[in-house]
Amino acid sequence: MPGNPTRRDMPETTIIGRAHAGSGLNDMVLAVARKRSRSAFALLFNYFAPRLKSYLMRLGADAGLAEELVQDVMLQVWHRAETFDPAQANASTWIFTIARNKRIDAVRRERRPEIDLTDPALVPEPVEAADRTLEVGQENARLNAAIGSLPNEQAELLRLAYYEDKPHSTISAERGIPLGTVKSRLRLAVDRLRRLLREGQ
Amino acid sequence: MIRNPTHHPDREMLLDYADGSLGEPAALVVATHLAFCPGCRQQVADLEAIGGAFLEEEEPFPVSADCLPGLLARLDEPAGAAAAPLPGAARRSEAADLTYLPEPLRSYIGMPLSALPWQPLLEGIDEVDLGVGRPPMRTRLIRVAAGTVFPRHGHTGMELNLVLAGGYHDPRGSFQRGDVVVDDPSINHSPVADLRESCVCLSVTDAPLCLVEGPACFLKPSIRS
Ligand SMILES: [Zn+2]
Repeated sequence: MPGNPTRRDMPETTIIGRAHAGSGLNDMVLAVARKRSRSAFALLFNYFAPRLKSYLMRLGADAGLAEELVQDVMLQVWHRAETFDPAQANASTWIFTIARNKRIDAVRRERRPEIDLTDPALVPEPVEAADRTLEVGQENARLNAAIGSLPNEQAELLRLAYYEDKPHSTISAERGIPLGTVKSRLRLAVDRLRRLLREGQ
Repeated sequence: MIRNPTHHPDREMLLDYADGSLGEPAALVVATHLAFCPGCRQQVADLEAIGGAFLEEEEPFPVSADCLPGLLARLDEPAGAAAAPLPGAARRSEAADLTYLPEPLRSYIGMPLSALPWQPLLEGIDEVDLGVGRPPMRTRLIRVAAGTVFPRHGHTGMELNLVLAGGYHDPRGSFQRGDVVVDDPSINHSPVADLRESCVCLSVTDAPLCLVEGPACFLKPSIRS
């Protein structure tokens, strides 16, 4: 789009710096849930809206559609904030799942089948597995560091998997990497991240 | 005693489910398996956390100046679709006799299994099309009477099966409630339903099955497209 500043021109939001992303973001969603705080909502918007827009555009939405979806996502954050449970997922993860589902709904015109964690028919968690995300803020920092420590080719493929709505076979063809290699790199990356996530708990 | 599933979707499929690239029919199989399987639930939660971390790492792309003011002005509007109750919650009370079918499948079916318009497929085998996904993709419930031997068949495409009730076995092993089984063109088998009760599966196929000893792909004529 002509006239739009490039990504690089966008100043990093200063109100919520890197250091506070994590538990600070969780607190803001909780403030929206408990106090209907518009200022907390505006801070969440400032942090997430430009990132969501970027995410949606990578997945093929044009700027107009991306912004429309960003508004839908943030509106859902406002209306459904009371369902946010930091013991289940941190704010970024929660908002990622909302954006992912909105996109499936708007772009693919499909429903998104999801489990219902309050469903009495759900087979319960074994007791010892509960409370894994007590330190959600730290988990996030750890995960970001872990992604940074992945070998480049693994991190890149993992990013493609999240950012491109393409089967792994298409990624393989486009990148000229054998499908088996794509799969094994993705597996290695995910295994490593999951291991790092589990360490230090 | 609850038996947790022993056959799971592979990690690639869980990743596709978590990152949103899996189509609705297979996503319905995975999501319903998650209700049976705390282990895969945990894996998907971890994969979604990776999505959240990527979102934080996104390089911000500026939104237009009127985006936030426009949104703030809409906050007091009635919630509408944004906060509509989830389909699962809405249907739960009427689903007493469906409680053994977890969400999200229960909402997709929306009625007791016995009230579904079952169509006979073969002797002892009935099916009902759930109309999820675009042809040639088909999402069906398949009900096989206890002890029935499914005629030997091959697969021209992928078949994804989730056992909902009863069980069945083939040379690879025994598949019970909650198990996910992938059949691909390398599989040529004659599965047998367990004796204790009829076996009900959620089945997603992207191509017809082919009877090995028959003249043709026997599911072909029934594709409604
Ligand atoms: Zn599983």
